[in-house]
Amino acid sequence: MAVATGNSFASRFGVHIAVLVFVVIWTIPTLGILVSSLRDKDQIIASGWWNSFASSSQTEAGRLPAASAQTQKDGKFVLEGNIFGDSAKRNISAFGIKAAAPTQYPAGTSADLGDGVTLQVNADGSFVMSSPKAFEGDRGQRVYYASSAPPKFTTDNYQTVLFSEGIGRSFMNSLTVTIPATVIPILIAAFAAYALAWMRFPGRALLIAVIIGLLVVPLQMSLIPLLRLYNGVGTFFGVPSKTYLGIWLAHTGFGLPFAIYLLRSYIAGLPREIMESARIDGASDFEIFVKIVLPLSFPVLASFAIFQFLWVWNDLLVAMVFLGTAPDQIVLTAKLNALLGSRGGNWEILTTSAFITIIVPLIVFFSLQRYFVRGLLAGSVKGG
Amino acid sequence: MAAQIFSAIFVIIIGVGGCVAYFWGANKLLDLTFPSRGVSGTAAVNNLRRQGLVRPWLFVGPALIILTIYLIYPVIATLWLSFFDRGGTSFVGAANYEWALRDPDLRNAILNNVLWLAVVPAACTFLGLIIAVLTDKIWWGTIAKSLIFLPLAISFVGASVIWKFIYEYRGQGQIQIGLLNAIIQHFGGQPQVWISLPFWNNFFLMVILIWIQTGFAMVILSSALRGIPEETLEAAVIDGANPFQIFWKIMVPQIWGTIAVVWTTITILVLKVFDIVLTMTNGQWNSQVLANLMFDWMFRGGGDFGRGATIAIIIMIAVIPIMIWNIRQANKETGGH
Repeated sequence: MAVATGNSFASRFGVHIAVLVFVVIWTIPTLGILVSSLRDKDQIIASGWWNSFASSSQTEAGRLPAASAQTQKDGKFVLEGNIFGDSAKRNISAFGIKAAAPTQYPAGTSADLGDGVTLQVNADGSFVMSSPKAFEGDRGQRVYYASSAPPKFTTDNYQTVLFSEGIGRSFMNSLTVTIPATVIPILIAAFAAYALAWMRFPGRALLIAVIIGLLVVPLQMSLIPLLRLYNGVGTFFGVPSKTYLGIWLAHTGFGLPFAIYLLRSYIAGLPREIMESARIDGASDFEIFVKIVLPLSFPVLASFAIFQFLWVWNDLLVAMVFLGTAPDQIVLTAKLNALLGSRGGNWEILTTSAFITIIVPLIVFFSLQRYFVRGLLAGSVKGG
Repeated sequence: MAAQIFSAIFVIIIGVGGCVAYFWGANKLLDLTFPSRGVSGTAAVNNLRRQGLVRPWLFVGPALIILTIYLIYPVIATLWLSFFDRGGTSFVGAANYEWALRDPDLRNAILNNVLWLAVVPAACTFLGLIIAVLTDKIWWGTIAKSLIFLPLAISFVGASVIWKFIYEYRGQGQIQIGLLNAIIQHFGGQPQVWISLPFWNNFFLMVILIWIQTGFAMVILSSALRGIPEETLEAAVIDGANPFQIFWKIMVPQIWGTIAVVWTTITILVLKVFDIVLTMTNGQWNSQVLANLMFDWMFRGGGDFGRGATIAIIIMIAVIPIMIWNIRQANKETGGH
């Protein structure tokens, strides 16, 4: 493979640059929500996340104290103080007294407001306003200023989202759905795969063809009849129709064709000699399966487990049809979808919730990537 | 919540234990019913034969039952229901299909699906192939591949939030917090509400799926490229082929079968795409697709099962050619054994 392009410095350099561009495009979107989820919620809307390490600047307005606060100094009437009062200090870069020109004067300069009145606002927010005549009125002078706040990172968003927005509960619900829905199909599929690979019985070829056909049947074909079936069973036995048991079985059913297909092609490839020598030693099919086939199939079982885990964890459609939306049943993906509707503009909540929903798949993915890729190759190169 | 954790663990134990108990118990029962040890020679042979007839069905039985309930029965029932009214009770003949031919929303969804089918599989396969070829040549290619592969682990809903943040819009002249509009404004352009621009919004939604699926195409194609014999490539270089000729005339034809597999896999995925459209636009601004429209009809005003089933059948019809091709390929493989 190393021979494909010319070996000139320019073309090798070009390859590095091209790959770098792809990598940047593919990682920036995820990086965006990770960084945003850690930012202060006021700063998220004040500046783009790519500027989060720079100070964020915004234009604000404030009012100087009323005339009653004035003092007399050197024959002039003076108002002094700090424009931020007791609130957090920021840096002021410029100020003004008209809404149309909020940054007319640089901070630290003395602005001439006419009639001998001057106003100076310093970078730290302190101000001095002086006038030859006494100030009047209950309302102080309106002042506009451009302030910048230092970058602020926080884990507050995670606390809010996990404990007040219900994401923590949904996280548990997702685990409750995912773990059984991953474990149950493995055993059922493994036995079926062994029978289809190593046992002779009439109808075997037909069964394999049916399973390969079912591999591509869209989920949509199953939804309506199953919804009716579940409602019917619920009414008949007087039980709720949306239950965890129901969704475990549904995910088992939808995952089985791929599971059987993947496991069968692996188990069929195990060496015939091992099976036959075990059989000659008097081992039954059950013993061969448990003592030989299962341990040898560990890699493919792991591959399928990862697939099924990611698929169930990331699923929205099945969860929306077969589970309720009450807090005790709503899974992470459905919750995130609901938040997109109810918290559409609250990016601190959306980005944080999104990051919590993707963190588990990312951990699984990075720690078990080897098995994942192996399953992907076995599952698709051979025809699915 | 503790009760929920406890009950989940309990169910796992019951479920797994139940499966083990079934397989072990059924086998034991079979061995006891037709004993092959401790009986006379002919009886033992007969019993072994009977065991051989029954045992495969004990092994495939649970899978067969679940597949029948959750996939085979529903496929037939959906076809059946597509000829019935909204409640699924009275027969309406082909009325749902006549509706499907006339309905403007459905026509719009089909057109959008065709657009998705034309763009997404091609884009994923093409980008995946390019990245696979490029990353094979550099020392940090594995890391690069991992990072491009990563979105495959992210849910469609999560990806939608990620991209909605990129497409976020603020009025002209304001500080843009969405990356796309910020770039456009930086170069003096006019910020847009990307996901509500009719027609073009389809492409902004497709980008999300392409972003997710390119990694899949890349991994499969990368492993196929490794399978090309070194000598073939060396011979081409000696004959003076330039990199583009090598790519188009040597590499691509050699992995044509794999390209077809990647293409069809993504095609099926595109036909089923639902989450992205639901979370980004819910079909507004002419961005509807079949799977989302079907979901809509399933629950709209208490649900119209007849029309929902009809839309499912339309999706199924689009999948059938791929299904037949798959079964043929598989038969070819097993036929060789």
